[in-house]
Amino acid sequence: MSERRLPPVTQVGMLSLALILAGGIYLSSHIPNHVSLTPAVILLCASALLLAGNLASLARVQGFAWTRFFEIARWALIAYLIIAGMIEYAFLRNNLSGGPLVVLTLSLVVFAVHVPVLIAFTVARFAES
Amino acid sequence: MAEAHPPAMERPEFQIVPRAGLPIVAFVLVLLIVGIAVDELWPLTFLHVVGGAAWTIIDLFLGFVLGPIIGRMSIPARVEFTTRLMPKMVLIMPTAVTVTLAAGWQLATKLGNTQTSYALHGWIVASYIVVGIMAVIALGLLEPANIAVLVEMKKPRPNPEVIERLMKRFIYTAGATGLMQVATFVIMTKLASA
Repeated sequence: MSERRLPPVTQVGMLSLALILAGGIYLSSHIPNHVSLTPAVILLCASALLLAGNLASLARVQGFAWTRFFEIARWALIAYLIIAGMIEYAFLRNNLSGGPLVVLTLSLVVFAVHVPVLIAFTVARFAES
Repeated sequence: MAEAHPPAMERPEFQIVPRAGLPIVAFVLVLLIVGIAVDELWPLTFLHVVGGAAWTIIDLFLGFVLGPIIGRMSIPARVEFTTRLMPKMVLIMPTAVTVTLAAGWQLATKLGNTQTSYALHGWIVASYIVVGIMAVIALGLLEPANIAVLVEMKKPRPNPEVIERLMKRFIYTAGATGLMQVATFVIMTKLASA
């Protein structure tokens, strides 16, 4: 099976997910104490940058199967928005508010976008463009 | 990239996302929303234990029992088995994981186990880390391979090499998360017996 070179989207995506999870673990492991949001914000920004970098590097690939990519990404995005919504609901139900809520909500946004990108990339890389 | 003309492959008709299962998923998610809203001990424990049991058993069974069996099957048998198993996994696993984690978080909050003052707080944090590692593996490798193998099989001429490669990835990552589930068993039994 011959294969063209593609950017390391999966590896970068997994690193991005690991960073937001680390931020979430950092915040949730200090409940109910007040902790600095700085480490979680840094992890979230790094994760978002990796997401942007992933999309940018993928956009430069010649002849990528974009039709298949968006076809899969659209449905996966709906599914992961529902999952992210369930998690957000659990946060709100437990009266999470202020800075931690903002950081965790933005982390969920990165999660809900990056996972569909990973699924759609894995499918589209084997599709004929 | 896939070969230009791979050999034709016999496979049964299937839906990548089985529509008949969607109402069941919706029902389970409604149960979860109601369970969190009422915030009672029994429904939360029920959802967490049942979801967690499904998640751990499927991971272990797939990684260590079904995986090696699938690997020894003939190609046509493997294709037929895969087309019947994998669409169900698309619905079952994300639902089981979401229910387990959301109900578990609510349960731990209700019992005060998420507080730093809880005697076994270190074990709780360890469970976050184990789940975090499993989530990265499942979301980054397992779930994309699951969807990709189904999309490949839907093609008029699926490429057996692509399917083989994606199925290996699926089974190996299921095995890896299965191993992590052993750590989950250790942590959860410790917390339950405290």
